[in-house]
Amino acid sequence: MNVLGYYKIECKNLNSFVLKFVNLICVKRDLNYICPMKKLMFILTVFFAFSCGDDTKKDEALNVQAESSSIEIVDFEGYEKMISEDADKTYVVNFWATWCKPCIQELPAFEKLNEAYSDKNVEVILVSLDFKTQVDSKLKPFIKKKNIASRVVLMDDSKENEWLPKVSQSWSGAIPATVIKKGSKQIFYEQSFSYEELEEALKNI
Amino acid sequence: MKTLKVLTLLAMIVVVSAFAVNTIDAVVDGYKVGDTATDFSLKNVDGKMVSLADYPKAKGFVVIFTCNSCPFSVANEDRIIALDKKYKNQGYPVIAINPNNPELKPEDSFENMKKRASSKNFTFPYLFDEGQEIYPQYGATKTPHTYVLQKTDKGNVVRYIGSIDDSSRDESAVSSKYVEDAIDALLANKEVPVTNTKAIGCSIKS
Repeated sequence: MNVLGYYKIECKNLNSFVLKFVNLICVKRDLNYICPMKKLMFILTVFFAFSCGDDTKKDEALNVQAESSSIEIVDFEGYEKMISEDADKTYVVNFWATWCKPCIQELPAFEKLNEAYSDKNVEVILVSLDFKTQVDSKLKPFIKKKNIASRVVLMDDSKENEWLPKVSQSWSGAIPATVIKKGSKQIFYEQSFSYEELEEALKNI
Repeated sequence: MKTLKVLTLLAMIVVVSAFAVNTIDAVVDGYKVGDTATDFSLKNVDGKMVSLADYPKAKGFVVIFTCNSCPFSVANEDRIIALDKKYKNQGYPVIAINPNNPELKPEDSFENMKKRASSKNFTFPYLFDEGQEIYPQYGATKTPHTYVLQKTDKGNVVRYIGSIDDSSRDESAVSSKYVEDAIDALLANKEVPVTNTKAIGCSIKS
């Protein structure tokens, strides 16, 4: 356990150093970096994913949201309250729905983040935009089938034109979309995430 | 320490590549209210090609990017039909366009579009954006995504962009009908009261 803990810290320190390095050799455009030698990098990424990824995993201590008989339902006010409760906590809020294919594809990345960062005051909240009438028929069975451990809430606020711009002015309304918030700082992404991208985004907050 | 060095190097590469692999092309913004919208020639579910120019008597158009597969589109289907029925005769027909690439979303294939149009008795053309070339010019990002155009000497000018009304998931909770308000204003030679709105939708797959 100690060895693992030590290794994790090493990885983390390296990453911040590496980020500085990236800033030196890459051109930043909006939220993306443009760098040379993409293919070589990709191959090495895969290699590295094997060499470091497994060690940063946490012990199996999941609180699987077992047999949840009810789903939290929030309107926009409730949503705001929910992500403002703890000013020191980083909230990673993903807007998704069971019928949204790209959302489903990226869910494992959010689940992994929630697990890996649970002891670092980071909370993943999956805000479902499913139809309220389909909570029992679609949402709950989905959560159970996929063993979703992150907190799931249903956003039930029909006045989308009022609350969407309050989440972010830049949100067109397409999902998936993700908000990363800590205290008064918030970054909004209308895109899909891989786990690596999500970790990077977390560092930017 | 040697291992650490190797790891450092690898970590550098990883972070660099994490960004590199995911670099996306610059997104074209699409139309804003006041811009002139492009015409198109797209295949309708009846096999015929349809252009805005085919409607010499129209005063404008309700162009709606929609599809078979998105539950929000489906939730709006009856409202789209009602819009067409109400405004076609007043000079504002609905033109529906499916922007999705069926290779990524088989449910939105041309064959399935035909089936959907027939089973729902669509009263308006339901066109296939083959090659996904038209929706980016409009700047549509999701289905459904609605554009109200007004025919002018300059061309078809965008007067409204957004959702059909203020409650896409639950029709019974609608209190503002944005598209109807926009067309009513245009028909009365008045300013469109609300020109941009937002709603949840499915991101367009291309």
